[in-house]
Amino acid sequence: MRRRGGTLWNWLLSAPALLVLVLAASGPLVIVLVYSFLSPGNMGGVAWEPSTDAWFRLFFKRDIFDPEVVTWNEAHLVVFWRSVSLSLQTTAICAILGFPTAWFIATRAPHRRALWLFLITIPFWTNLLVRTFAIQELIRNTGTINSLLLRLGVIGEPIQMMYTDFAVLVGMAYVFLPLMVLPLYAAMDKLDMRLVEAGYDLYGGRLQVLRHVIFPLVKPGFVAGSILVFIPAIGAYVTPRVLGGGRTMMLGNLIELQFGQGRNWPLGSAMAMLLLIVVVAALVLYLRWANAEPEQRNG
Amino acid sequence: MARRSFEVRRIPGFGAIAILTIVLLYVPILILVTFSFNAGRSQAEWEGFSLQWYRAAFANEQVQDVSIRSLWLAIAAAGIATVLATLAALGTTRVGRFRGQTLIYALVNQPLMVPEVVTGIALLIFVASIKVATGYMGMGYLVAAHTAFCIPFAYLPIRARLETLDLNLERAAADLYASPVQAFRHITLPLLVPGIAAGFMLGFVISLDTVVITEFVKSAGQDTLPTYMLGQLRRAVTPEMNAIASLFLALSLVVVTAFFLVSRRRGA
Repeated sequence: MRRRGGTLWNWLLSAPALLVLVLAASGPLVIVLVYSFLSPGNMGGVAWEPSTDAWFRLFFKRDIFDPEVVTWNEAHLVVFWRSVSLSLQTTAICAILGFPTAWFIATRAPHRRALWLFLITIPFWTNLLVRTFAIQELIRNTGTINSLLLRLGVIGEPIQMMYTDFAVLVGMAYVFLPLMVLPLYAAMDKLDMRLVEAGYDLYGGRLQVLRHVIFPLVKPGFVAGSILVFIPAIGAYVTPRVLGGGRTMMLGNLIELQFGQGRNWPLGSAMAMLLLIVVVAALVLYLRWANAEPEQRNG
Repeated sequence: MARRSFEVRRIPGFGAIAILTIVLLYVPILILVTFSFNAGRSQAEWEGFSLQWYRAAFANEQVQDVSIRSLWLAIAAAGIATVLATLAALGTTRVGRFRGQTLIYALVNQPLMVPEVVTGIALLIFVASIKVATGYMGMGYLVAAHTAFCIPFAYLPIRARLETLDLNLERAAADLYASPVQAFRHITLPLLVPGIAAGFMLGFVISLDTVVITEFVKSAGQDTLPTYMLGQLRRAVTPEMNAIASLFLALSLVVVTAFFLVSRRRGA
């Protein structure tokens, strides 16, 4: 078709969108990378002196009195660990609740499925902040759960749920759950039920069929869902800020701190790059797996 | 063992977990909405029906101010993004592979992959230096940032729609001596409308939902509804916030339902 001559035309049509994207999305990322190798300015901002100090300070710190003594920067490592741990736990909760939910929807009568799916999608499209606020109203000390339990006499004083890891975990699982259900459903929808039937015909028990027939077949949806939950969870900012407060920060909040009170832009830039590296690594691993998968199945 | 009505699709316990999950998805939202109509301040005790918190929300000038800003920002960003995404979709679909196509896809989808907080601080740095250089403090930065963020969401449904269009229709138009512009205006564009509408609505919802990028890019006095709420959540919250959140919820619900109706018609 219009191959050679068409190329310029294709680029011209795409150019306005690309211009906006480069100016307001991709381009600034390059600045962050550059800033991460500069020195902090006095009042925020940067001084144009090349330095790898920001990257060093991500993980290590020097003793105030003796710069030769290098120790782990525990304050940062605690936040990194919390981010990874809470994101993995969020992914696990979403999988445990999402798998049966997606199965339930995929096994409804075909004309009913769209409605069930719609029920899952609505919360996904409602504002993240509104949903986080809804969780806050449930679990804060004067919130619905505590007030109810107090009145029923189950507890003598409110359970402190806000500003804990638990609160952040509940919030993230609540907010990201649809991201797990949707790809799982897509995989289950394509599942050939005759294979499940064959499993039972061959005297497989329910658990055996689930483990050896259903699970391997819907694994692509499961992996996609895990990636879709893990990536926004590790980069979460709003949920840990609202439900976690200052004591249970995640990486996103630590990054913001460097641009606010911390006033160390290079360090914040290095942290942002670290987050980006983790996300890109997760995506690359996923794409490699997804591309390798069909060959494995044929072989 | 009598397997009279053995149903292979049934896995014991799954139905219960599924129903529980769906209920859990809605309970927090329903409680939020319920207590927006409460006569008292409590989030647990029903003290009678009242619209006082809605009245308070509507009378609150700051709320009016940030809501109007959010709405026009979403319309502007989704509008511009839809136009740009339509052009880009026309440039990247229904053609053979060309040099740089992968680069275009990567650039278009990049906002979907990079965590919002990273894009946020990147824009914060970039915008700060432009502000110093030009002295411009207006809404342009937010419009640009939201537009870039909306482009992938607008692009996807438009591209999906384009891929299902029959190229023969345009060839037929060309055979009947339609110029490329006429063919586009009278054949391609009308067929593309459902995709464009869906793209605009997705972009609109996404822009309304955007908190982190706005929070980092905005100058003083440029709060949107989400950043205003984010700031308020720090303080003691009254059910006025429930009322605002419920209205916000209703707006998203209307747009999402419209989106589903539009994309359903596309399938039919």
